[in-house]
Amino acid sequence: MIISLTYIYYIAGLFVALIALLAIRDNGNSKRILTGIFWALYAISFLFGTVIDPMYVGGMVILMAIIAGFGGVGMGKHVEATEQQRMTQSQKLGNWLFMPALLIPIITVFGTVGLKDVKIAGLDLFDKGNITLVSLGVACVIALLATMLLTKEKGMQPIRESRRLIDAIGWAAVLPQMLATLGALFAAAGVGQVVSNLVSAAIPVDNRFLVVFAYTVGMALFTMVMGNAFAAFPVMTAGVGLPLIVKLHGGDPAVLSAIGMFSGYCGTLMTPMAANYNIVPAALLDLPDKNGVIKAQIPTALMLLTVNVFLMYFLVF
Amino acid sequence: MLTLLGIAVVIVGFVLRFNPLLVVVVAGIVTGLAGNLPLDKILTIFGDAFIKNRYLSIFILTLPVIGLLERNGLKEQAQKLIGNIKVATTGRVLILYLFIRELAAAIGLTALGGHAQMVRPLIAPMAEAAAENKHGNLPEDTRNKIKAFAASADNIGVFFGEDIFIAFGAILLMKGFFEQNGIIMEPLHIAMWGIPTAIAAFVIHGVRLFLLDRKIERDVQNGIATHDKVKGDAAL
Repeated sequence: MIISLTYIYYIAGLFVALIALLAIRDNGNSKRILTGIFWALYAISFLFGTVIDPMYVGGMVILMAIIAGFGGVGMGKHVEATEQQRMTQSQKLGNWLFMPALLIPIITVFGTVGLKDVKIAGLDLFDKGNITLVSLGVACVIALLATMLLTKEKGMQPIRESRRLIDAIGWAAVLPQMLATLGALFAAAGVGQVVSNLVSAAIPVDNRFLVVFAYTVGMALFTMVMGNAFAAFPVMTAGVGLPLIVKLHGGDPAVLSAIGMFSGYCGTLMTPMAANYNIVPAALLDLPDKNGVIKAQIPTALMLLTVNVFLMYFLVF
Repeated sequence: MLTLLGIAVVIVGFVLRFNPLLVVVVAGIVTGLAGNLPLDKILTIFGDAFIKNRYLSIFILTLPVIGLLERNGLKEQAQKLIGNIKVATTGRVLILYLFIRELAAAIGLTALGGHAQMVRPLIAPMAEAAAENKHGNLPEDTRNKIKAFAASADNIGVFFGEDIFIAFGAILLMKGFFEQNGIIMEPLHIAMWGIPTAIAAFVIHGVRLFLLDRKIERDVQNGIATHDKVKGDAAL
């Protein structure tokens, strides 16, 4: 193949490495060294992840968690465009501003669907096994060029702007990947099996409806406990979805995943554990009741969960 | 049963508000040890899974584009676009925002919304203003209800929209999970099956937002009624 996923990781790695460099040189951040090390370790995982012994990568990952866990990842200093500048630019560029942002999904879908079988000189243009991801990577590069052309911004400015955004996201940028490692450990330690045994003991597994009910409602409950559907998904799917719905009853894993994850999101709407969606906004909006947002969401979440149970039951088999 | 200790760690860690990265790592180590895995094996699983799941973080490649566009007035333009659409009621403002938020998230533009960027400065004030135009001054409870619903529109829009965008982390997490279990799926295929729920989410929450207008009207009338009653009592 001509463009493989590895190249996309190299681009991401270089990009994060530049961010690490800017972070270390940022005198406005009192934790600049630790912040820089955090992003540098992350960059290394992109650039050399497959070369380094996984055991040492594991050590790096734990080091990153320790740095972030004890508040080592700080906000940098950023020179932002003033409101006046942004207004002037938006007046000048108008709705063209939406064009590069829209290019990303459009090119991603076009690459995934349209360029799947394109060959140049006998070689596949894109890595077929990871066509969506490669298309996304290519889309981002093209959209960036388009943005730079449109806005006439040059040099390190895109990196500086990215650092502004990634600083706002902070260590949370790594959280999905970290939760995936938890999923892998749960799998290796047999947590799914334990949950599966518990569920199998509790319900008659040959009843399709009850199995679907246990999986969807279980996703919502588990998400409420863990505050995150990403963390609940591997456990519930390994324990109930995969063995009972897919393997025992022959359900479609794509339907199972899509509706299962959405059932988890119904749980997210109802839990204070999902702080950044439910508790932080209540504070931002000066609500006297910190559960006010959750209360507004509970009826929608319960109705939607009911819909999901039936959608899953009718679509998955 | 001991292997479920990791789950307890997660719960306790989040309740005590420790840093989630740290909580996850500790929960992983505890789970591994409870499952009788040696420490070097646990480290290897950490490293292996972290590298295999690098694709979860490919979204960072969109940041230079979004960052540059923001610097050049993307948000201002988005606000202008929403502000130009003349709507009269709280419910309609929020239904429109729910719609735009869900649609934008579905095509990957999750950066177009958010509680800090959009809801507090723009959406909640617009929704309140719409109710004020109609009813004059609002009871405090009603005002808080409108704000809470503004936040809910953002959450529901982004949650049930973004899973139909193929590059979003959740889709890739699902793909990765099944790949580890020997089942290969195309992200686009998973994204497609999210559409029925995404539509249901819009309809259910949209109807509730539509009914919010009547609720506000009732609240205001009751508020005025109590107010009048109090005044009436005072007159006696």
